[in-house]
Amino acid sequence: MSEKILHSYSGIFDTPDEIIHAAEKTVEAGYTKFDVNTPYPIHGMPKAMNLEPSKLGYAALVFGLSGTLTALFVMYWMAAIDYPITVGGKPFFAFPKYIPIMFEVTVLAAAIGTVSTMLFFFFKFPNNAHPLHDTSYMKKVSSDKYGLIIQADDPKFNEDEVKVFFASLHAKDVEPVYYDMEDINASPKIYDKKFIGGLALTFILVSGITYFTLNKLMFMVPFNWMMYQDKLTVQEKSSVFPDEFGVRAPVAGTVARGFMPYEFPNEPELAGEVLLNPLVPTEKNLALGKKKYDTYCSPCHGDFGDGDSRLRGQFPNPPSLHSEKVRNWSDGRIFHVITMGQNIMPSYSSQLTREEKWATVLYVRALERSKNAKESDLK
Amino acid sequence: MSSTIDYSQELSVVEGKPPLRSIDDAIIKPLDSKPDKKYYMALAVTISMLGIGVIGLALSFYYGTGLWGNNNPVGWGFPIVNFVFWVGIGHAGTLISAILFLFRQKWRTGIARFAEGMTIFAVMTAMIFPAIHVGRPWLAGYLMPYPNQHSLWVNFTSPLLWDVFAVSTYFTVSLIFWYVGLIPDFATLRDRTSNKIKKIIYSVFSLGWRHSNRHWQHYEMVYLILAGFATPLVLSVHTIVSFDFAVSIIPGWHTTIFPPYFVAGAVFSGFAMVQNVLIFIRKIFNYEHIITLDTLEKMNKIILLTGMLVGYAYGMEFFIAWYSGVQPEQFAFVNRAFGPYAWAYWIMVSCNVISPQLFWFKKIRRSIPVMFVVAVFVNVGMWFERFVITVTSLSRDFLPSSWAYYTPTLTDFAILIGSFGLFFTLLLLFTKTLPVVSIAEVKAVVDGAQPSHKDH
Ligand code: HEC
Repeated sequence: MSEKILHSYSGIFDTPDEIIHAAEKTVEAGYTKFDVNTPYPIHGMPKAMNLEPSKLGYAALVFGLSGTLTALFVMYWMAAIDYPITVGGKPFFAFPKYIPIMFEVTVLAAAIGTVSTMLFFFFKFPNNAHPLHDTSYMKKVSSDKYGLIIQADDPKFNEDEVKVFFASLHAKDVEPVYYDMEDINASPKIYDKKFIGGLALTFILVSGITYFTLNKLMFMVPFNWMMYQDKLTVQEKSSVFPDEFGVRAPVAGTVARGFMPYEFPNEPELAGEVLLNPLVPTEKNLALGKKKYDTYCSPCHGDFGDGDSRLRGQFPNPPSLHSEKVRNWSDGRIFHVITMGQNIMPSYSSQLTREEKWATVLYVRALERSKNAKESDLK
Repeated sequence: MSSTIDYSQELSVVEGKPPLRSIDDAIIKPLDSKPDKKYYMALAVTISMLGIGVIGLALSFYYGTGLWGNNNPVGWGFPIVNFVFWVGIGHAGTLISAILFLFRQKWRTGIARFAEGMTIFAVMTAMIFPAIHVGRPWLAGYLMPYPNQHSLWVNFTSPLLWDVFAVSTYFTVSLIFWYVGLIPDFATLRDRTSNKIKKIIYSVFSLGWRHSNRHWQHYEMVYLILAGFATPLVLSVHTIVSFDFAVSIIPGWHTTIFPPYFVAGAVFSGFAMVQNVLIFIRKIFNYEHIITLDTLEKMNKIILLTGMLVGYAYGMEFFIAWYSGVQPEQFAFVNRAFGPYAWAYWIMVSCNVISPQLFWFKKIRRSIPVMFVVAVFVNVGMWFERFVITVTSLSRDFLPSSWAYYTPTLTDFAILIGSFGLFFTLLLLFTKTLPVVSIAEVKAVVDGAQPSHKDH
């Protein structure tokens, strides 16, 4: 007994009317550190105990609103900023379509947040070491009795007075409740061997399972069936065709969509005469031309067509595009160079579409004009 | 005796005036006693059903989803029908625990815990279906927006993604709601049990609850807040499920009546399922005085009401199809009622619209065998409703050249049977591991359990 500290005095009542009365009297007597334990909430008890209304509503509001805003912000950032993708022609920031998820996240955040606030912040749960646990008092109020305790740390607490007070309320089974010194002095169990062991085991298990799933399971039958399918891919050997090629050549004379063969592969001069630039130098066409020129031509020809390549001698520098010869060429002739290449300059047919080539030509023309402007251009 | 019921005043929720301790005894008895033969027989049946489902799923995973009847143009088939059906079953639980709580319907106390449990199990069962329907469920993690190696995010404008959020939120919040309700009961169990291992388990889950009135006050507030959130949540879940259909442009789906119509249907089928199961529970565990005949009668009234809402929606769909003047829309509905799936349509109408009309008669509302049969019909009918909606519209859309008749396969049926097996197995295990009636809440509504409040 000597190592036990008094926590409180407890008394038991039989009916809800009695406990309400007892709570009112306790408040009147000036006790503040007391509690009423009942198997279910009793109507009117907060008033009898003089408790302030619960503030959990504010927690719900804060958590709920932060859920709403987080959802809105996250969706906005992901769908409109980080990786915008057009879906069904809707704007990237499609607010009406975000409402369902905003609502769901609001409810989720509010529910989890409010309940956690109550359990872990207000009640300081889990707490299975409270002195009231495992007392005969607790066993009664847990089932069908109504109990009152007055704590020893109440400023007005006096053992004899409290006993008299309980007697005046006609309480039954008035008993002291003690702290257990061992419980109080118990050190945190975090460094316990079992706990650390359990943690390590969890770690090994989780990483092992993850490793197995991602590196082994996905490559086992049947999980790999999507990966290895009964079909030939480009470079594979075929056992079906006599020439053993997986890829089949198109039937002779077929032309794939959008791949019209070039009409003048070996006649640059004819091309220069016959081909006409279908584009006019609008802002849009010049912008396209500049984009393509900067990407595909500028590494060799230089940003302004001067032949000052960025290749530092790894490739012979091309001649300037401002030469009289090129300036006097027709658009079609330049088109021919882009399409077929010229001596060591390779063809750009696979990188540029017909339209892009013509736009590039327009841009080359603009570059030439900028260095050899006519008198009339200055006006 | 039924004719002597006086409806003019509120009846006491719990019949008689049982001492509080006897309520503990009655509710906790199944947890403390060894299950009897009947229980094992029931479990054997449900586990066999579950086994059939597991075989169906194993085959589907091994050989692929080609084992199912799903094909062009009916890509949705059984998995989606079952998903909508099971999510709907769940709705009754939240309706009972949250909406009826807000309306201060005391009769809900006896059945709320059980119904919430059914919600959780039904949603768990439901979640299997979209997961397997994606074909490779082990990649379902991609449904969550997390930073990944593709630096891609999910499509927030798709109703299917809303569904992911709605159903997972619904599951989480229902679980929290359920657990919060269980905390005081765990404390009561903890203080009663003499078994050491049980005591540890109950202590852990009770979190050290002390039945303190300083706590009860916050607890009641949290319960109110959760009910307040769960109410719009439950409405939103089936609304969003209906968006899966309504946001598309398939004739028969693209209608604004879908959200309320789906919610009414969900409550309808959910109540029927809860009623069916409760009839067994109250009989087996002798809870007749807690889950009273009055409670069942009230549930039957809700079934009648929601049944008529659903019937109204069926009629309105036809009216709007005609009134809209849109040909494919008109065709879709004529095709439903008189096309190749007319058999399913008329099963649906007779089960959902006609059979609940019996509940206009008080005798039938209070006759257990008859109400049981009617509720079974309602469940069958509601399953067919989802079948009719999903399959008829897909099998004949705008392009007649792509029309096809959908026939489910044996594997489809195996998985459907398995889903019932899973649901009922979980329910049976629940009845033996947790108090199926909320101890604290029932005590609070016994006559004389609240102070007489002479002063106010
Ligand atoms: C790999 C470097 C390289 C790139 C990239 C390149 N060229 Fe050339 N280009 C050359 C070289 C080298 C020559 C000179 C070829 C020769 O010896 O006739 C040349 C020649 C030319 C000529 C003829 C000049 C003349 O005086 O005969 C034109 C016009 C031309 N390039 C335009 C372009 C355009 C337009 C592009 C972009 C689509 C481009 N080139 C991209 C290397 C390049």
